[in-house]
Amino acid sequence: MKMYLNSIFANPERISKLVDIAQSSFLPLLKGAIFYTIPLTLITFVVGLILAILTALARISYSKTLQIIARIYVSIIRGTPLLVQLFIIFYGLPTVGITLDSYTAAIIGFSLSVGAYGSEIIRAAIISIPKGQWEAGYSIGMSYSQVLRRIILPQATRVSIPPLSNSFISLVKDTSLASLVLLTEMFRKAQEIAAFNYEFLLVYSEAAVIYWVICFFLSVLQQVMEKRLDRYVS
Amino acid sequence: MISIKGLYNQFDQLEVLKGIDLEVEKGKVVVVIGPSGSGKTTMLRCLNVLEFPTKGVITIEGKKLDFSRAVPKKNIATFRRLTGMVFQSYNLFPHKTALENVMEGPVTVKGENKESARKKAVALLEKVGLGDKVDYYPAQLSGGQQQRVGIARALAMEPEVMLFDEPTSALDPELVGEVLKVMKDLAQEGMTMIVVTHEMRFARDAADEVIFMDQGVIVERNKPEEIFANPKEERTRKFLNMIQ
Repeated sequence: MKMYLNSIFANPERISKLVDIAQSSFLPLLKGAIFYTIPLTLITFVVGLILAILTALARISYSKTLQIIARIYVSIIRGTPLLVQLFIIFYGLPTVGITLDSYTAAIIGFSLSVGAYGSEIIRAAIISIPKGQWEAGYSIGMSYSQVLRRIILPQATRVSIPPLSNSFISLVKDTSLASLVLLTEMFRKAQEIAAFNYEFLLVYSEAAVIYWVICFFLSVLQQVMEKRLDRYVS
Repeated sequence: MISIKGLYNQFDQLEVLKGIDLEVEKGKVVVVIGPSGSGKTTMLRCLNVLEFPTKGVITIEGKKLDFSRAVPKKNIATFRRLTGMVFQSYNLFPHKTALENVMEGPVTVKGENKESARKKAVALLEKVGLGDKVDYYPAQLSGGQQQRVGIARALAMEPEVMLFDEPTSALDPELVGEVLKVMKDLAQEGMTMIVVTHEMRFARDAADEVIFMDQGVIVERNKPEEIFANPKEERTRKFLNMIQ
């Protein structure tokens, strides 16, 4: 560490070179974030959330078959590393004739992951709503899906915002794994730049800062949403 | 008219209702009393099909559900609309305002247009004395006010009969009166009501008939002045002695 700092401050030329690299690499990294990391996160979170809601509903349904399918799905995804799943989808599936491009493979892999973990959050949120809410809905003649949509899910949403935000923020960072299935998202860009100029510490730190800024923004968003949904609980 | 014939209900091994037969004429107010575990709440919940009878037939205004056979889901939802349920713990929708709570049934279930549903809902809230609280969320209302919203929400579906499941049991004593007053007004207007309650004053003042239930059966039924003054059954006498 000391040596590294010395090597910089003892040498004004090196400082200006580092500033140059930091400047020239910032735009490509930002592009990686804007064109890949962020859209990948958003798409997979939306798809994953839909999957999560369906899985949670299957888990709490009366159908044994649906329950078992949901359990197996969650068990497989939670029981194996995300990286291994991505490798199976991208490098493994071509063996059986299913060849996917990096982007599609990443979307599928991450969505399945969000769906499995998210389903447990949503299931917990749904069963945390008192039974009386279902009964009140039924008592005015509502159907199962009407009670679910209009009464239970809006309340469950409030409960699940903090844990889902956790998942969302984790997902932003997990997308860096897509670099290993050859998607040129932000972290792969960083690897490429660093491999070229050998300034690993600088370039990777730069990437880290961009991840942090994205996540910081999401935390603020979480706070705003919590406040909005808390307005009826005084 | 409401008729219950041979109603049985079982919870695991425990037989909660052991053959209930009851008829309530239109516009009558029936108060159901009895010790806890007597099945009075279960009987009420069976009328709203929140509890499933193991067998028996319930008829409300000519519409019949026979629980000895499998009952299609669709029929249950339609049947539920004949009855309005008021819960002990109010069960208002906490994410909706008083007005939205009352509008929910007409708009979502009946498909009424929002404007006319809103007008009716406001009128109902005014009727239960909450005209100035329409935009309040349940958490901002007292227990008595919440329960009155609960009554308005049930009335909004224009049910044939109103069912009250210990509507004042969760309330602070000073809030009981305001809810009972609303119920008495309803009774006076000719609403058919079945009320499970421990409020003997209400039974005396508003009931056409009092039913005493114990251990899953109807032990005795009579006019309130009769049943309170000279109960015929030993069990009824014991119960009334205990609570007075």
